[in-house]
Amino acid sequence: MSQSDTDLPEKPEDSTGAPPPKFSIRQAAANDYDCVVKLDAQTSGVSKPDYWREIFPQYIAGDENQRYLFVADLDGQTVGFALGEVRAWEFGSPPCGWVFGLGVSTRVREHRVGSALVKAMFDRFREDGVASVRTSVSRRDTLNLSFFRSLGMTAGPYVQLEFNLDEEDIGLDR
Amino acid sequence: MKIQKSTTFALFAVLELARDPQAQLATGEIADAYGISVHHLAKVMRQLVRAGLIQSVRGAGGGYKFAANPNRVTLYDVVSLFEDNLASEFDVPGASVGTGIGRALQMVGDEIEDLTNATLQSITLATLLRHAARAEAAPTSTEIREIVSEGHLEPLT
Repeated sequence: MSQSDTDLPEKPEDSTGAPPPKFSIRQAAANDYDCVVKLDAQTSGVSKPDYWREIFPQYIAGDENQRYLFVADLDGQTVGFALGEVRAWEFGSPPCGWVFGLGVSTRVREHRVGSALVKAMFDRFREDGVASVRTSVSRRDTLNLSFFRSLGMTAGPYVQLEFNLDEEDIGLDR
Repeated sequence: MKIQKSTTFALFAVLELARDPQAQLATGEIADAYGISVHHLAKVMRQLVRAGLIQSVRGAGGGYKFAANPNRVTLYDVVSLFEDNLASEFDVPGASVGTGIGRALQMVGDEIEDLTNATLQSITLATLLRHAARAEAAPTSTEIREIVSEGHLEPLT
């Protein structure tokens, strides 16, 4: 998960008292690829053009597969993205929205771009008829944890477990 | 994790004041609102002033005002002022840490502590207050029972 804006006041103003910039949210298109790759590299610190090349077609295809990639535009430039999808029946979980990617340009932080992207995703999931949305954030990533909590998200009913494959298996008879 | 009364009182006070940063409230008003000891709360307020979270207001009326940014102060910032040790309740004695069972229990304790800290460090006062506002707007279970018993709603079967 990339960095995003954090808990924000209702009407953010910069030090000059200027109104916040106006941006728009839309579904991504094929020609947004370069921009999203660059944004993701900037915000996550990891450049992954192959990853995006593989998933782009699936997430810009439209409504049928319930996979979405939204971008935020400001003054003709794309300044943020959010990646999400509906997942169903994982260990008995009814269909649920998942937000699993988010990146906002550092130059427009704290202007609610991240909030708007995620809320657009929430609205899309509502249209899909799902009742809840989840995300998975490192417990050490206080910034993103605070951000998603500021949108009203709380700890979910599932626990994420992990196993280090470098370690020896336990509980398995060999 | 069991927290002290001072910690709970501090959270009540900071959140009540952060709810309206322009307002000033006396210790007694906050104590009355939450049914807590004025004397105990007064000591807590002094510590919150020293931490820079609230400020005392002199003059007619007096009282306290919120002095920080509710979008930046987290529950951990308040709790850590009053709790010396936020570590898990799993207190594995030093001598047993060298054993496999001791280390395994310490691992569970570390996990609990990690989750506790991650939760407290990621909830700002502003976020908590949004949840509070939603809770205040929702009917309580008693109110729901009254609505059902008055015949306005069918009970769920």
